Amino acid sequence: MKNMIKFILKKTIRMVSLLIALCIISFLLISYSPIDPIQAYVGADMMRVGPEQRDKIAEYWGLDQSPLEQFVQWGSRVLQGDLGTSMIYRRPVADIISEKFLNSIILMSLAWLLSGIIGFIIGSIAAMKKDTWIDRTIKWYCYTLASTPTFWIGLLFLMIFAAWLDWFPIGLGVPAGVIAEDVTIGDRIKHLILPTLTLSMIGIANIALHTRQKLIDILSSDYVLFAKARGEKGFVLFWRHGLRNVALPAITLQFAAFSELFGGAVIAETVFSYPGLGQATVEAGLRGDVPLLLGIVIFSAIFVFIGNLVADLIYRLVDPRIREGKFL
Amino acid sequence: MLEVNHLSISFLQYEKGLKQQQLKVIKDLSVSVHSGEILAVVGSSGSGKSLLAHAILGILPTNATTEGTIYFDGVKLTPEKKEEFRGKEISFVPQSVNFLDPLMRVGTQVRNAARGASTSAQRKAFERLRLAKDVEQKFPFQLSGGMARRVLASTAMVSGAKLIIADEPTPGMDPTVIKEALKYFRELADSGCTVLMITHDIGAALEIADKIAVFYAGTTVESAMVNDFSGDGRLLRHPYSKALWRALPQNDFLPIPGSQPLPYANLPGCLFEPRCAFATTECRQDEPKPREIRNGIVRCIHAT
Amino acid sequence: MNFLRIMTQKKSLIPKLNLRQRTLIAMIVSAIILLSVIFAGILLGDERIATNLENRNLAPSLDHPFGTDWLGRDMFTRTMKGLTLSIAVGLIAAAASSLIAVVLGILAATAGKIIDSIISWLVDLFLSVPHLVTLILIAFALGGGMKGVIIGLALTHWPSLCRVIRAEVMQLRSTEYVQISRKLGKKRWWIVTKHMIPHLIPQFFVGLILLFPHAILHEAAITFVGMGLSPHHPAIGIILSESMRYLSTGMWWLAFFPGLCLLIVVRSFDIIGENLRMLIDPHRAHE
Ligand SMILES: Nc1ncnc2c1ncn2[C@@H]1O[C@H](COP(=O)(O)OP(=O)(O)OP(=O)(O)O)[C@@H](O)[C@H]1O
Ligand code: SF4
Ligand SMILES: [Mg+2]
Repeated sequence: MKNMIKFILKKTIRMVSLLIALCIISFLLISYSPIDPIQAYVGADMMRVGPEQRDKIAEYWGLDQSPLEQFVQWGSRVLQGDLGTSMIYRRPVADIISEKFLNSIILMSLAWLLSGIIGFIIGSIAAMKKDTWIDRTIKWYCYTLASTPTFWIGLLFLMIFAAWLDWFPIGLGVPAGVIAEDVTIGDRIKHLILPTLTLSMIGIANIALHTRQKLIDILSSDYVLFAKARGEKGFVLFWRHGLRNVALPAITLQFAAFSELFGGAVIAETVFSYPGLGQATVEAGLRGDVPLLLGIVIFSAIFVFIGNLVADLIYRLVDPRIREGKFL
Repeated sequence: MLEVNHLSISFLQYEKGLKQQQLKVIKDLSVSVHSGEILAVVGSSGSGKSLLAHAILGILPTNATTEGTIYFDGVKLTPEKKEEFRGKEISFVPQSVNFLDPLMRVGTQVRNAARGASTSAQRKAFERLRLAKDVEQKFPFQLSGGMARRVLASTAMVSGAKLIIADEPTPGMDPTVIKEALKYFRELADSGCTVLMITHDIGAALEIADKIAVFYAGTTVESAMVNDFSGDGRLLRHPYSKALWRALPQNDFLPIPGSQPLPYANLPGCLFEPRCAFATTECRQDEPKPREIRNGIVRCIHAT
Repeated sequence: MNFLRIMTQKKSLIPKLNLRQRTLIAMIVSAIILLSVIFAGILLGDERIATNLENRNLAPSLDHPFGTDWLGRDMFTRTMKGLTLSIAVGLIAAAASSLIAVVLGILAATAGKIIDSIISWLVDLFLSVPHLVTLILIAFALGGGMKGVIIGLALTHWPSLCRVIRAEVMQLRSTEYVQISRKLGKKRWWIVTKHMIPHLIPQFFVGLILLFPHAILHEAAITFVGMGLSPHHPAIGIILSESMRYLSTGMWWLAFFPGLCLLIVVRSFDIIGENLRMLIDPHRAHE
């Protein structure tokens, strides 16, 4: 237990150092951006804004100060947990992020589970049937999937299932023009299916190929050789020795893939106009919402960090070599 | 009984640029053991002892090709037969601790090898090899080398097989436990099993074995009766066996100069020729064929 | 390995193509595909992508294999030009990225513990945020456009290759001949140029080629969401994001062919890279 706490502490300190650097670099980058944040705030009414009003807005957002002063102000507020106010939504960044993330988390966790399960199963099948046509097909499919642009998969799904077969709506998290209270769960599910499928497609190839390779290594390991020598074979062999040894790395990998998951969500949400954090990222970037963009950068880093941390912890908790090794 | 005839094993390998190569590591190897007998296989490291064991069991890597025939109890061991016999008719004690599943408790692994009342059989075997009761709950990484070997040996004890192949079952164990394990193999043989024991420990082999096969560079250079290994080794037929015998601490303790040949193909004649004290020019010409001399088999043109 | 009989198998005895031949053929076919795309992109005239309202919204035909769009532009020409642009952007970005990777990888392995941990911290820093978010951030900082994409790609794709190079150099350093050279008092630089660089060059090229697919896919993605190349460029990301607006009209060819071609290009790079790696490091092919 003591080791565990020490481990988490060490990881967290590294994370904090990374986060601080990240804040400084992001802020520096953004402060040199030629994109005018005032325009982002004012939006389409830019023509009607006179120089005085401009100055007022700049003063209000602190844009008249030097980048360093701005950074100190922003930084000290971030330390107090205040990420500032979004320029396009005109509400606190923290609120926007948590609201959007709630939408995204459904999408992401479903896709994450789906890709993990499908990837693990087809990867295992490929390894068990190594060098047969089944294996070759799965391998070919995964390599092709890994080379396929995510947004194109999304577009194909839209073309086939929404435009052509008319099974699903063409986008949006909820039907357009319906008040929030009237949105049924059925509607939500309907709008979730295609983005979820698209997003899960990204993860499948990675986890499947990894599982396949790992399981092949395991199947040619000495202990599987010995299990075979004891007469174990086929599914029993996989169940007793393969699954046990391959599940842990696969789960770990899946947690370590939070980064790709988030990136994929950006794309999938854009294609399907799904009102999640990914779409908010794109909007913040496109429309110059500096506080929101910075907030999302920080948030995504924490998200990725948690995934990696959980991956490490699972290893420590589950693997007896680490778990019980300490007490010997 | 077990009969291995003219076994050859080669590995398909790829070099830089993906050029294919066949590496022949075992060539024209023959051994035989009757039921009720123990055959000890001795020979230096890399002479192909483990590969023979794996070939009998049919657990060679997929890039290996084998030639030759293996018969067990009159049945030709095809890949299908091997798969059917593994764990039932044939039991295997592997060479290293890596052969235990790192994530499975060792007691379970032994029980998986047993037929019938597995838990009691496992406990009995552990007791006999002086493994404490809580060992069954441990993972392989928690065992010492000697304990792990005892666990491996117990898999053979619980299997109830008719052919036991043990690949160096004793290193790392205490002398008393070694005695116990060896005694157990002897009992198995006496009850009608066929035992093939691979070992570095000629002393141990002499204690329990009936016959000894000496391996060198992927082939059998001599098959002899245990009694031939005695005195100054004059009963032995092959210069390598003699040298091996004399290299033992209790004898002259003379190491054999040189080392096992590496590029097999470059030696047209006898494989031992570069290190042989009795070599003549003829030895370099053709590979010596196995000959039967004084109830043993030897691969040396000058053997008498 | 103790004694090994080496017996090169006669090729004529094997009815099937062996691994080496299959590998070479896959690489050649992929290279031909890529070269034809590039030539098509360069040679096809601009007049085919000029607005031509008479030929609007045509489904694929012999004249327009990929159909035409709402301005009557030939989609085949647009796709080829877009792919050529993507390959060019990917090439520049991947080259810059692998250069960073090599320099940092060698530094990490040779310049002492402190530098090594700084570089490993940098690697962590660049992996701590999803690539796409970093790309958006950098594109935003540089005001969008080609420059933003290339710099963003170059800055985000080096960490994995950097780790490979570092490990490779570490291993080379411990090999015998490098150790001997060092004992003989050779200068560090001499060892690096004489012993390390020749071993690293193949690794570098394989890494470079395998970076392409990622770079191109990320370029297309960031352009697709609107933070990348500007709409004036004939980029694949632009073509696909435009096609979104016409999805419900049933003009499937607008999105289908460009995306498929992008897939083929990316896959071709992947095949070349993977097979090249197998040729260099056949250990992976043993089973
Ligand atoms: N998978 C393989 N591919 C190529 N060569 C192999 C392979 N497995 C074993 N060999 C070679 O076959 C030869 C015999 O190996 P084997 O393991 O049978 O030796 P051994 O007699 O059991 O040695 P030890 O006493 O050290 O266990 C060695 O030279 C080894 O290098
Ligand atoms: S054949 Fe010749 S070289 Fe070989 S062991 Fe006999 S005497 Fe020695
Ligand atoms: Mg061995």
